Amino acid sequence: MRALVRAALLFWCVLSLTFALLRLAPGDAATFLLPPGANASDAVRMRAELGLDHSVAVQYVTWLRESLRGELGSSFADRRPVRVLIGEALPVSVALGGVSLLLSFLVGTCAGLVQAAKRGSTTDTMMTLASVVLVASPAYWLGLGAIACFTYLASSWSMPMAFRLPAIGMSTPGAELHGVAHLADLARHSILPVSLLAAIGAGGVARYVRSGALDAMGADWLRSARAKGVSEPRVYARHLLANLRAPLLTLFALALPGTVAGSVFIETIFAWPGMGRLMVTSIVARDYPVVMGCAATFAALVIIANLAAEALLPWADPRTRS
Amino acid sequence: MGRSTHALVRSASGSTGRTERVALAMLALLTLAAILVPALASRDPLRIDDVLARRLIAPLARDAHGSWHLFGTDRFGRDVFVRMMLAGRLSLAVGVVGSLAAGVSGTLLGALAGWCEGVVDRTITAVADVLLALPRLVLLLVGVALWQPGLATIVSVLVLTGWMGIARLVRTEVIAVRHRPYVPAAEALGATSARVLFRHILPNAIGPALVATTLGVGNAILLESGLSFLGLGIQPPAPSWGNMIAGGRDLLVVAPWVALAPGIALVLTVLATTLLGDAWRDRLAGETTGRVR
Repeated sequence: MRALVRAALLFWCVLSLTFALLRLAPGDAATFLLPPGANASDAVRMRAELGLDHSVAVQYVTWLRESLRGELGSSFADRRPVRVLIGEALPVSVALGGVSLLLSFLVGTCAGLVQAAKRGSTTDTMMTLASVVLVASPAYWLGLGAIACFTYLASSWSMPMAFRLPAIGMSTPGAELHGVAHLADLARHSILPVSLLAAIGAGGVARYVRSGALDAMGADWLRSARAKGVSEPRVYARHLLANLRAPLLTLFALALPGTVAGSVFIETIFAWPGMGRLMVTSIVARDYPVVMGCAATFAALVIIANLAAEALLPWADPRTRS
Repeated sequence: MGRSTHALVRSASGSTGRTERVALAMLALLTLAAILVPALASRDPLRIDDVLARRLIAPLARDAHGSWHLFGTDRFGRDVFVRMMLAGRLSLAVGVVGSLAAGVSGTLLGALAGWCEGVVDRTITAVADVLLALPRLVLLLVGVALWQPGLATIVSVLVLTGWMGIARLVRTEVIAVRHRPYVPAAEALGATSARVLFRHILPNAIGPALVATTLGVGNAILLESGLSFLGLGIQPPAPSWGNMIAGGRDLLVVAPWVALAPGIALVLTVLATTLLGDAWRDRLAGETTGRVR
């Protein structure tokens, strides 16, 4: 309950911050919306229409009430409501980020456990190197590399169709596909973005799991599990993993901002119509309501993820149950 | 000096690990090359002339004028290697200055919060919590949206969005040592609060803050390059690794080296700072728990 109040308070602060930043932004909505030939009286009428002639306090209260109802103003660029723009982009980003995050934890945990089991071996060293390089590489650079290999080179070397992957968008343009064919097309378009985002995340998870597992290796409970004859795979799958559950849950919430950052670049590179791309294009167009709406939505996502992680903690770690 | 500072000082003088030496050597080499290569280059890396004779020369080849290009040339006939090193100056400077300034302000704010308690502590913690609720890239994007893109914007936005983690770290350390016996002892001897804070308490927190700042350098370089890639950071013709990669984006097939070379420089730099930060953190952990990994 206290966590819920804290989260609500935090979100209120974020909303206030976005309001303050919107006010700080050079020019208000009227300057952007007025046609070039407008005169001063047009500007006054437009300001009154948009509620900009009220005091800052009144505007703040209106903005808070409106944003809690999900109304985040409308875009300067095409006057469409920000809510609609975000409503179109959010599912794309949540699907891309969600699937990648799940995959990165799956792959990263397995890789980290393998590394811990074979610590000091060549496999361990190579995997450590790979994970460090992945964490140090910019997502957009890896994305360009993947496009060069799987889109351009694969077709110029006439590789089998399975290796020739589309680099742009979520579906084949102009193709009228339905049902299974549509899903297959979407899956083909998802392979590069999802696997890149997942690989970058997996690098970080693997490093974390490896060091966590190595710390647990010397613990008494692990030795007694081995001593009572628990098989080696079961030691890892059951005893070690159960103890890593709580830190992994925390890492899941912590990994979300990184996934958001990665998806901003991946969406830009692969032209996916998600939140990241919406935000970048709005910044270039100086479309402040959309920029702030995106920022508030990202903040809400992170706050909700943290809240969920906190709520799930007693399940992951029985010691925290009161 | 605090225990953790001793650990780092000793590491700088004596037994350095292999990863640490490799990382330091890589950073030194990159810095040296970034300073020397553009200074010694025969042509101005920003100058564009006789584009047809010079453009898109492959790595290790000569152009029509007989000049030799280690990493080839870009679409305007400019030497990729020289530009890459010029970009290295900017990227390294932005990364180091950005995260150092963030580290210093984070340390001061954290120390203030931990030392003063009460309203000051609550205010600083609340601001840090709010800023930490937003992903850093989103904050950066909002920052560049409000101001004109450019060097000053990048650095100030990096500082504004980078101090919170370190402030939290330092606050915890300060609170942990504030009630140790040597603090009232120093106060009893007549030391002012500023002296107690700076001479007796802060040195304990410097180690973790330094590690976090080092790890922040790589992150700052990555973020700067990302913004420049999106066209929201360093503006061409000034080269940055990010905008150089963006410039090679539609040349992936014709001239892959244009995007490849700056990317490798970027990855190596971030890798080196990350490894250095990790090595220092492990040493610090080993020192404080009496155990070496």
